[in-house]
Amino acid sequence: MSQVLIFIFIAIMWVLILAGGGILVTMVSKISITGYGQHLDFFLASIVKAIIAIALVGAWVLVLTKLKNKIFQKQIKA
Amino acid sequence: MQDYIVGAVVASAIAFFVVFGLVPPLIKMLTKKNWMVKDVNRIGGAMIPRPGGPVILAGIIASEISLYFLLPQHTFTTKAIIALLITTSIGFIVGFIDDRKVMGGWFKPVALIAAAIPIILLGAYEPNLVFPLFGEVKIPALYLGLILIMIPITGNTINSIDVMNGIASGFMTIATFSLAIALFILQNYSIAILTLPLAFASLAFFRYHNFPAKIFPGDSGAITLGAAYGAIAIIGHVEVIAAIALLPAIINSFLFLSSVKRIVEHRQVKGPTVHTDDHKITATKEIDAPITLVRLIVAAKPLTEKQIGNTIFKLAIFSGILAIITALVSGFRI
Repeated sequence: MSQVLIFIFIAIMWVLILAGGGILVTMVSKISITGYGQHLDFFLASIVKAIIAIALVGAWVLVLTKLKNKIFQKQIKA
Repeated sequence: MQDYIVGAVVASAIAFFVVFGLVPPLIKMLTKKNWMVKDVNRIGGAMIPRPGGPVILAGIIASEISLYFLLPQHTFTTKAIIALLITTSIGFIVGFIDDRKVMGGWFKPVALIAAAIPIILLGAYEPNLVFPLFGEVKIPALYLGLILIMIPITGNTINSIDVMNGIASGFMTIATFSLAIALFILQNYSIAILTLPLAFASLAFFRYHNFPAKIFPGDSGAITLGAAYGAIAIIGHVEVIAAIALLPAIINSFLFLSSVKRIVEHRQVKGPTVHTDDHKITATKEIDAPITLVRLIVAAKPLTEKQIGNTIFKLAIFSGILAIITALVSGFRI
């Protein structure tokens, strides 16, 4: 059973990777900032996108940590 | 098309036979120099020659150089081969230093950043990150940072899964063939062919590394494989698919880091597994020992080293299939 859980964990990671990519492409990449001049707008938008992307990775790790604790609770305690 | 087929066959054969032919003399040389380490999982604790990294590097270099002459001359392919060769070589040097002199936990991740720099300097990358099903994100500045951390991640991830006979080379064989198939599906033929030397070098080394191992790859071997894999992922513009094929190894690193909570050399922490009286491997009872993939695999019941290896290979095949499925659906857009 414990080995089946590892396969399930991998499948969940796969779905999370694809879903995270979806959020980045459909939402984060569309962010634009205007009103500070062409170069500064692009620079500020890049910084905002980078911060959101890094926060998404942080959220991804947090979700995986929670899932890991839930899925492998028995094994980890053992 | 004929150039590609000839290149693929010749490069694959060179990678396989260089590694296959050079390992036996390397074993003799390492044994003579007494460059050997104890196989802690073997009954009686046999001494095994290490490292096999020089032969893996030789196989990859000879094969990639042959591709330089055999493949149609495109600027990007030429840059890709040169970047791959330099990155892989720097990865080998970092690993070899760690083989000869045990360095601190931060040494390899920091030193491997240098291995990523040739890819940037040669411009052997596209600054867009492709997400299957959804499209790509243009992140020119952020992508440079991604390149710098990707090689240390893949290098150390493969190194951290090199815990038992045959696992690193067997795992890399499966992951790299999966990546090559994914690249062929995406019709990125040049980079798919550049992936074959890594796959066949891993396969040939697996012949000697498989249980019961006659040689260990060492940090130089594992990091060479990991750095080359990371370079191909960047050059081939398949970062996400490459990460999916590597998921069991990524899980291993993730479990280790989330339980230890710091970057540390594996020799500095307690072993996650112990031996039973009948010489099977089981999870340790030590509360502060790290959680690893192997520890989870043996959590339910003790297993032999060979059984653990087979389980990890099944996980690698599963991830490889997910990577191939991802490549297949890449043509669709949601």
